[in-house]
Amino acid sequence: MTITRRAAIAAAATLAAPSIVRAQGAAVKIGMITTLSGPGGYLGADIRDAFQLAADTGMFGATKVELVIEDDGLKPAQAKQIANRMLKSDGIKLFTGIVFSNILEAVAPDVLEEGAVYVSPNAGPSSLAGKNCHRNYFVISWQNDSLHESAGENATRLGYKRMYLLAPNYPAGKDAITGFKRFFKGEIVGEAYTKLDQTDYAPEMAQIRAANPDAVFQFHPGGLGIAFLRQYQQAGLVGKIPMVLAAPSLDATTLGAVGEIATGMDVTSHWNSDFDNAANKRFVAGFTERFKRMPTYYASQGYDTALAIAAALKSANPGNAEAFRTAMLKADFASVRGAFKFGANQHPVQDWYGLRVEKGADGKLALVTKGKVLTNHGDAYAAQCKL
Amino acid sequence: MTLLAEQVLNGLQFGVMLFLLAAGLTLVFGIMGLINLAHASLYMIGAFAAAWVQGRTGSFVLALLAGLAAAAATGVAIEVAVLRRLYARDHMDQVLATFGMILFFNEAMAMLFGRQPLMAAVPGWLGGSVEFIPGVPYPVYRLAIIVVGMAVAALLYGLIGHTRVGMLIRAGATHREMVRALGVDIGLLSTGIFGLGAALAGLAGAMTGPLLSVQVGMGDRILITTFVVIVVGGIGSVRGALAGALLVGMVDTLTRAFLPGLLKSVMVATEADAIGAGLSSMAVFILMAVVLLVRPRGLFPAHG
Repeated sequence: MTITRRAAIAAAATLAAPSIVRAQGAAVKIGMITTLSGPGGYLGADIRDAFQLAADTGMFGATKVELVIEDDGLKPAQAKQIANRMLKSDGIKLFTGIVFSNILEAVAPDVLEEGAVYVSPNAGPSSLAGKNCHRNYFVISWQNDSLHESAGENATRLGYKRMYLLAPNYPAGKDAITGFKRFFKGEIVGEAYTKLDQTDYAPEMAQIRAANPDAVFQFHPGGLGIAFLRQYQQAGLVGKIPMVLAAPSLDATTLGAVGEIATGMDVTSHWNSDFDNAANKRFVAGFTERFKRMPTYYASQGYDTALAIAAALKSANPGNAEAFRTAMLKADFASVRGAFKFGANQHPVQDWYGLRVEKGADGKLALVTKGKVLTNHGDAYAAQCKL
Repeated sequence: MTLLAEQVLNGLQFGVMLFLLAAGLTLVFGIMGLINLAHASLYMIGAFAAAWVQGRTGSFVLALLAGLAAAAATGVAIEVAVLRRLYARDHMDQVLATFGMILFFNEAMAMLFGRQPLMAAVPGWLGGSVEFIPGVPYPVYRLAIIVVGMAVAALLYGLIGHTRVGMLIRAGATHREMVRALGVDIGLLSTGIFGLGAALAGLAGAMTGPLLSVQVGMGDRILITTFVVIVVGGIGSVRGALAGALLVGMVDTLTRAFLPGLLKSVMVATEADAIGAGLSSMAVFILMAVVLLVRPRGLFPAHG
């Protein structure tokens, strides 16, 4: 997976830049541990593909990078083993890629204790955002709660008074429910924790029907969300009880899979394929052309992670963690989501938007950006973080 | 009350699904003494074949047949090519080899169909819901699964209890070597049983497609529950598989639906939700432990 397409042109372009002393020829190794198999497989694949796209289109400039990709299979123990092998045998100092919070919680302590740097393209569990924040730990995506805080705010704005909440019983699921409640002003009529490996939601559907809420908020990323939405329809709940969702429960891939069922559903996200900025247009066009599918927001985060790392690598090497940290914190890159900066706990401070599933001009269903829900939104844990 | 009725139906439907998977697994384990983890892959292959054929032809009946046929063919192929060599080996070797096959089939499916979940639609004539218990609109498709599962159970009962093949199967489960000594081609019998079990797993997969999403690794998760079923029911016994499947299906569904509510009457709501969710995930394993304590060989042990 060595990035070889870096040509003399790119090298020439950087000659004008202030001279940076770097051992020529030694590529910076980036360890990408991500979920490529199982129901969460396409999430990791999108992150990997977008990262690779950034690398192959010269975003790393003169820096030579070598991407070492491994599949964690959504198993914390396996991910931990891979991380330790990368740290000890391969001497990798810079890590990224993890999709799921439970994997990150297993891997991050090992990586950070060894003095290596972790840059998260997706998971941002609360456990690592507050008093356990770390100088070498950066999150490009969001703190988990933010996804759901924006959904809570959206539900309040949409005028729903009684909500039913569902999420899988794992760290990010709990963050989801906490986050939603923090910004939702109405009443919670029911709360259910599902299993992370559950695919049949018939019992939950019956409970929802019995509770008869104004709307349902559910957090089921990837394939889980597809199963949930289809069963929601089969239970006759689509059109009866509306749904307010956060980005993970309805992305471009799940939308393609569930189709008409999702029409009119409200989603909140920090990024959407229709964002009107130059970086995003280049990214969406490049991604769809190369991979023949619409990028999900996971892909946008993989791309932004590559850009953020590339920007930092211009002036520092992860071997010197402090210098690399200073460079990372500048966040000197054009994010595909528009404005981007780091908060006190090195998690993003960014805007959140309300999207709705509508038919586009071409008759295809798409997520259409409707307006801003939260502006310059950080997270609730930054205050507890002392770096 | 209507909620309870609906949840009982859900439990029944889940139980029937588990039975289709468990029947093949328990026969293979009981008669050939083989732990076949790749059973999960046969389920996945059935689901993929059905979703693919349905996408191509739009016919659900053809899709079901394709799912059955693909899983049965794969089952027979792996039995002849690989598993036959493992009957006499240690269980650990079997686990290793069949686990390797799971990895192989998962990757093969990912190469053929990609990692993004495939969709299968509920056929129009099975869409919608009926209110056969007043106040409980229940999806027709889930009812159809219950009916098919029950029909398969009845067929298996007839086949095993009242035919010559069934007699050989029962005899094979008790004294494999004796059956061989009496001049029965036990190799052929094994292949046949294996194909039958694979076809049932394929049927389960094909029927699951329109409910859940068809994706790589979909069988790995349900496999563990299936093993719980055959341990509870008694290894090698189809009757036990049916009883175990229905019991596990009910316990899992009902604890998931009602345990948090019950706990809420004795503790704080948020804690009740979290503890309830945890306990209901454990429920089937607690059930297995209790059954093993009371009847160490399962509810309906096959071997004398």
